[in-house]
Amino acid sequence: MDFLDIVSSMLLLAGVFFGFSGAVGLFRFPDFFTRVHAASVTDSIAAILIIGGLLLQTSFDLNTAKLVFILLFLLVTSPTASHALAKSARHGGLLTLAESSSQDKQESAK
Amino acid sequence: MAEFIDLVLLAMLALTALRIIFLKDLFAVVMLFGIYSFLSALIFVNLDAVDVAFTEASVGAGISTVLMLVTLAMTGRKEKQSTHSTLLPLFVVLVTGAALIYGTLDMPPFGHPDNPVHQHVAPRYIEESPKEVGLPNMVTSVLASYRGFDTLGETVVVFSALIGVLSLLGVRRKKKKDLESGLETHSVLHVVSKIIIPLVILFALYVQFHGDFGPGGGFQAGVIAAAAFILYALVLGLPKAFAVVGPKFLQWMASFGVLLYASVGLYSMYKGGHFLDYNKLAADPIAGQHYGIIIIELGVGITVFAVMLNIFYAFGSQAERSNVQ
Repeated sequence: MDFLDIVSSMLLLAGVFFGFSGAVGLFRFPDFFTRVHAASVTDSIAAILIIGGLLLQTSFDLNTAKLVFILLFLLVTSPTASHALAKSARHGGLLTLAESSSQDKQESAK
Repeated sequence: MAEFIDLVLLAMLALTALRIIFLKDLFAVVMLFGIYSFLSALIFVNLDAVDVAFTEASVGAGISTVLMLVTLAMTGRKEKQSTHSTLLPLFVVLVTGAALIYGTLDMPPFGHPDNPVHQHVAPRYIEESPKEVGLPNMVTSVLASYRGFDTLGETVVVFSALIGVLSLLGVRRKKKKDLESGLETHSVLHVVSKIIIPLVILFALYVQFHGDFGPGGGFQAGVIAAAAFILYALVLGLPKAFAVVGPKFLQWMASFGVLLYASVGLYSMYKGGHFLDYNKLAADPIAGQHYGIIIIELGVGITVFAVMLNIFYAFGSQAERSNVQ
């Protein structure tokens, strides 16, 4: 097992960890915005780490180039998707947890 | 290991299907359908059927999800409560299911090499197609050459889907008043889609013209190109998309694709062969096959692109209109 294999498996394991934590967060977090945050962790860092790990497994040929293209595409699109999701939720009038709890307090104070 | 992956994917597929049946929120159902398509695409990849996986991912998970979402924008996202008794449907389903299972008992053993499916035309395609058609991607030779009639039929089906949608809905031009969809002021989406759309169209052209050598072809390429234009229409609004490719032009394009396909068949008849006999298209039969396949794939791509985009226009303009009122 040479050096590249070790680095690649470390990257893959880290990717799996972040993917898993994103999935846990998606189920356990309390409101929409925190959940989007968790999902975007899976989208961005987990995808980068896993494709990075796979890159080191190739023999630096056409497959490497294809993986780099996929990586670039994901780097551009998945943060945009998370951003668009969160922004359209704002546009639709969804409040964050802190905002809605402070609103509740104001209403109970009245 | 491959069996284990298959098993996990099939289990996830079954779970997704069950969830789709029991959910009442149609928006979530559409999303689950997308997941369902991606899972089946993964199963197809695992079975080495890359072309089918590609189609499933682009058509099933991509364009049909978008079209379903646009439909939901018109109809609303809640399923109607059914007031009928469920006993009779349950009975019908049970009887049909039992009949189907009884029918499978007569099937030849699963995956056996002596099965008719492995003995009929498949060995001929595998052995002769490199000599007769000479394309590296055997799927394209079967789809476009041996099964050219079927593919012409499929293209006509796609075309008639457009006729159906247009005669039911029609594409409504926008009125003077501009809508605020919230997306028009969304600068991040604008910038990113400006980067992405040319790349997507480039990829669609690659899939179109590389379909003879790798996975891909007219169906996938048309859908991918339509997705690029749908992204443009979603981000910048339908009127601006109409300015780029209008619905009337798309109707011409859709019929042009089918006619291009059929005219290859007629031309080969004119040259003295049968309908869609590509061998007659050039002096060298193999070169004739290559010309024929490239042209009919182009016809398929044009038709699929125009039909998908025009169906989106029809649904989208209706949805915008109902939002105004």
